[in-house]
Amino acid sequence: MHPILLIVFLPLLAALVAGLTNKAAPSVFAKAITTGALFVSAALSWPIFLGFVAGTYEPTVVPVLKWVQSGSLAFDWALRVDTLTAIMLVVINTVSALVHLYSWGYMDEDPDQPRFFAYLSLFTFAMLMLVTADNLVQMFFGWEGVGLASYLLIGFWFRKPSASAAAIKAFVVNRVGDLGFMLGIFGTYLVFDTVSITEILAAAPGMSGATIGFLGYNVYTMDVLCVLLFIGAMGKSAQLGLHTWLPDAMEGPTPVSALIHAATMVTAGVFMVCRLSPMFETAPVALGLVTFIGAATCIFAATVGTTQWDIKRVIAYSTCSQLGYMFFAAGVGAYGAAMFHLFTHAFFKALLFLGAGSVIHAMHHEQDMRYYGELRKHIPLTFWAMMAGTLAITGVGIYHLGAGFAGFWSKDAILEVAYGRGTELGNFAFWMGTFAALLTSFYSWRLMFLTFWGKPRWIESEHIQHSVHKTPEEAGEDTTGGYHPHESPLTMLIPLGVLSIGAVLAGQVFAPTFLDDAAFWGSSIFYNEPLIHAMHNVPYLVKYAALIVMVIGLVVAWYAYIKDTSIPAKTAEQLGPIYRFLYNKWYFDELYHYLFVVPAFWLGRQFWKIGDVGTIDRFGPNGIAWVVEKGSVGARKFQTGYLYSYALVMLLGLVAAITWVLF
Amino acid sequence: MEFPILSLMLAVPLAGAIACLFLGAQSARMVALVATLVDLVLGILLWVNYDIGGAQWQFTERAEIFAGFSYALGIDGIALMLIMLSVFLMPICILASWEAISKRVGEYMSAFLLMEVLMIGVFAAQDLFLFYIFFEAGLIPMYLIIGVWGGDNRIYASYKFFLYTLLGSVLMLIAMMWMVNEAGTTDIPTLLNYDFDPSAQTWLWLAFFASFAVKMPMWPVHTWLPDAHVQAPTAGSVILAGVLLKLGGYGFIRFSLPMFPEASAQFAWLVFVLSMVAVIYTSLVALVQNDMKKLIAYSSVAHMAIVTVGIFAFNVQGIEGAMMVMLGHGLVSGALFLCVGVIYDRLHTREIARYGGLSINMPKYALFFLLFTMASIGLPGTSNFVGEFLALAGIYKVSTLVTLVCTTGIILGAAYMLYLYRRVAFGEQLNEDAARMPDLNAREWAILAPIAAAVLWMGVYPESFLAPMRQDIAALEARVARAAPDFDADNVVGTPREHNANYVEGAHGEAHGIEGAQ
Repeated sequence: MHPILLIVFLPLLAALVAGLTNKAAPSVFAKAITTGALFVSAALSWPIFLGFVAGTYEPTVVPVLKWVQSGSLAFDWALRVDTLTAIMLVVINTVSALVHLYSWGYMDEDPDQPRFFAYLSLFTFAMLMLVTADNLVQMFFGWEGVGLASYLLIGFWFRKPSASAAAIKAFVVNRVGDLGFMLGIFGTYLVFDTVSITEILAAAPGMSGATIGFLGYNVYTMDVLCVLLFIGAMGKSAQLGLHTWLPDAMEGPTPVSALIHAATMVTAGVFMVCRLSPMFETAPVALGLVTFIGAATCIFAATVGTTQWDIKRVIAYSTCSQLGYMFFAAGVGAYGAAMFHLFTHAFFKALLFLGAGSVIHAMHHEQDMRYYGELRKHIPLTFWAMMAGTLAITGVGIYHLGAGFAGFWSKDAILEVAYGRGTELGNFAFWMGTFAALLTSFYSWRLMFLTFWGKPRWIESEHIQHSVHKTPEEAGEDTTGGYHPHESPLTMLIPLGVLSIGAVLAGQVFAPTFLDDAAFWGSSIFYNEPLIHAMHNVPYLVKYAALIVMVIGLVVAWYAYIKDTSIPAKTAEQLGPIYRFLYNKWYFDELYHYLFVVPAFWLGRQFWKIGDVGTIDRFGPNGIAWVVEKGSVGARKFQTGYLYSYALVMLLGLVAAITWVLF
Repeated sequence: MEFPILSLMLAVPLAGAIACLFLGAQSARMVALVATLVDLVLGILLWVNYDIGGAQWQFTERAEIFAGFSYALGIDGIALMLIMLSVFLMPICILASWEAISKRVGEYMSAFLLMEVLMIGVFAAQDLFLFYIFFEAGLIPMYLIIGVWGGDNRIYASYKFFLYTLLGSVLMLIAMMWMVNEAGTTDIPTLLNYDFDPSAQTWLWLAFFASFAVKMPMWPVHTWLPDAHVQAPTAGSVILAGVLLKLGGYGFIRFSLPMFPEASAQFAWLVFVLSMVAVIYTSLVALVQNDMKKLIAYSSVAHMAIVTVGIFAFNVQGIEGAMMVMLGHGLVSGALFLCVGVIYDRLHTREIARYGGLSINMPKYALFFLLFTMASIGLPGTSNFVGEFLALAGIYKVSTLVTLVCTTGIILGAAYMLYLYRRVAFGEQLNEDAARMPDLNAREWAILAPIAAAVLWMGVYPESFLAPMRQDIAALEARVARAAPDFDADNVVGTPREHNANYVEGAHGEAHGIEGAQ
């Protein structure tokens, strides 16, 4: 039996067992079986990945079961293992196993733990189906499966109205993207007469230059297909326009945010573009769109991230922004760099989320950074883990020393390749990316300084007040309110430690493989050799750009949040409208509410009351009934008004009519 | 002569129906359950013995009655699947009525069994007039079920149903008589290959359309459905949504398309426009409903619109997809009505706002409800996805615009179903009486679990259901190919553009990297 079968189906099995026994068994049963399954999957995944790194593993497809055959449209359940899949396998299973373990501590007091762990494992299964897909429809299965798991986990605390609202929003906004994905699959099938990814990619170059009708227009075939598929990717990966669900998704428990909304699910869009990269390479317009949307998202999300107070929301916008980097890397043709950033980002962003979870755990569920402060002295291990994550995300590293944290290697590569690409769009992406790197540094250090430095401001928090049974007035001078933050248990600290190692080393160790090793990638992505040369030959100023802006961001954050803490409020006041625009997330939610939600409900009511009741019924059945009633006053005596007599007359009439026709 | 299994499948429930009229409540229930279970077993035998790839018409029986009008039965794969759907749902309906119906139980069970006879008959009939009798008579027990055992406003609902169907039926009957005169036979297999004059096809098609569009129901003749569902008892809704709505689609596939291919092509755009309106319109109406059954009824109209566009796509994917949507929707909407029935039995209201937080006190119920909700919005891995995906892939070949509009149904569908689920199962327990409701009992488990299994089976391994229909739908496609409408998404392979998108002038100028794609 191929190990991939175990890797993919063990989490499903564990999810089913844990979910169906639910509270019939002690919760430790569900926790052990799901966590165990994930550790086995993770342990089986690494040899595959390292086999590809060493060049000893051959790509393969393991068939599972027939799925659908309808004329020439045929697709089966099958598991494909190649370099791209292997990268995703280690990312998904490692982070998922660690998040399972972390949740033992984090969810310890929750009464619904079996359900939670079953959902987590179900998610992992769906994500694995997505990345092992050999055809577009199975990818869509995984795509929707992770959407379901995300819906269930965002709404895990379903009693909270905000949580169930966020769950619906995530699902429905994703469905907008899915509309594009589905149309893309239909179009691809129409053009290539297959949905097999291998066959599509082989045939794609020959379709360059072909044109096709779409909504009455005649357009380049590959451009329209790739744009449609990319709309799907925008939904899942929360790109500008379809990003509104991601910040709200923070309603879910923090381990969920780390696994789904940082490390794995949201990167599915990037994975899809890379998986289909030979197809996207034949579609210049679509790739231009990918670059533009990626660059725009990366700057948009970073600006919003600078103003948020909720620790999880800051990291959520940061995720959105980092996904933008991955997309514009793919857009300029550096799919290897995009996947590399996906890989390093998974470690340091999961670390930041789990670290934030550890802070929230220590602070009695308070998520507002305004009520933190001085925590480095109280939860030092969490502090150092967060520090590793921050150094990684801000891209600390020095080019000439050849040393840096994970984010340094991947983010620098993306900025360099955007610059080295040499087109206007590439330059646009470079400048947006560099400015976003400055903002990234600023909001990341702002988060660190607000949380771990300065004076404790804990008693302002309602959560802390509940815990210590004091109001701020009662607490007086003691702004801690006598509250004692506790370092998290080992189950939470071990994942933080492991991920810290990843955040520190993942870039250093794997950079040569991901960026320069064409043999490593094989045929799993489109590898653009000349572009990599161009990337390595950019001026030193470009290579140091990220470090420079990182230092600027750090200094500004230090000045504003440690040196003179009155600055943020003053700046916010001076920049009034701009600040409010950013703080309210560019008013996307309000815009969509009035543009889509309100009209949909209004139209629904009009169609119902005026259309169905007021028109169709009024002039249809009720109208006829009225005419019949008025017209039949005289004939009333002949009619019984009973239904079965009408039916009888109908049948008799039928028999008479048949007789008449046939004789 | 082979064993007349189809006649036996008609005889068993008919005998049961007669027996129920003379029995007390409890024995009527038992008789009905046994009769429907026997029919289910017979149905499984039918399926197992169906020779896939064999003769087009199997299990044929024929007895001349008079002047060409004959008692002729026989099925192909399409009919087989719809018969399976009917016999599968029937025992579930009987169980669902076990406690909910307490007055006139014998008559009620009798009506249900009679309906089973007529539903099997309609799919098995091979004689045009035999079909018509089953087709129209099937509505009589439904009138009675709504009118006698329905809700407060049952009389209005059943009369509305009656008025809508009346006109279409009369027109269809006249068209049938004309056809029999013209072709000189009432034999459906013969008529399927008879080429009517294209100008005659036009009005024949319209006459059949009048009947099938109402049954479907298509916008704007759908307004009987929400009322009928709301007033019908739970099991009545299950049969109405599960099987009776499929008569329209079955009619299009069995009659309109193969008998009048030119007219079908001519009117394809009428069907597309009505279906596009239906998807958007009824989905939005479903969004604002406060009554659970009404919401699901409106969603049925939207789903049936996918069926009609699939059928009139004139290709294999479209028609197979339409059949799969019909089967999947039969299971899922039936299951959703059963889910409504479960809580209606406890609280006696269909008003959504009276519930809330049911995940807390009814977790098992919430799980089933979630599964069927997800199936209803076409999550891959469930029955409805396969159908919707194939139907929409089929229509994409004909019109990208129609596909775009109809695919928005997946967004709107998710919105109204999840909004429903949120108000019923999520949130705090706002109503004390709803919070006290007990979780599923054994009988309710027995009702919902088989449907859940079937929904997943159809989603993961639909081959079991597609295989019997494959040959028949291929034959149908071949039959209508001569009239198939043009493609609007015509792909023209042109000269490849010079460079790949991210061509970089560099040291290795020739290295386009296209090799990477190989």
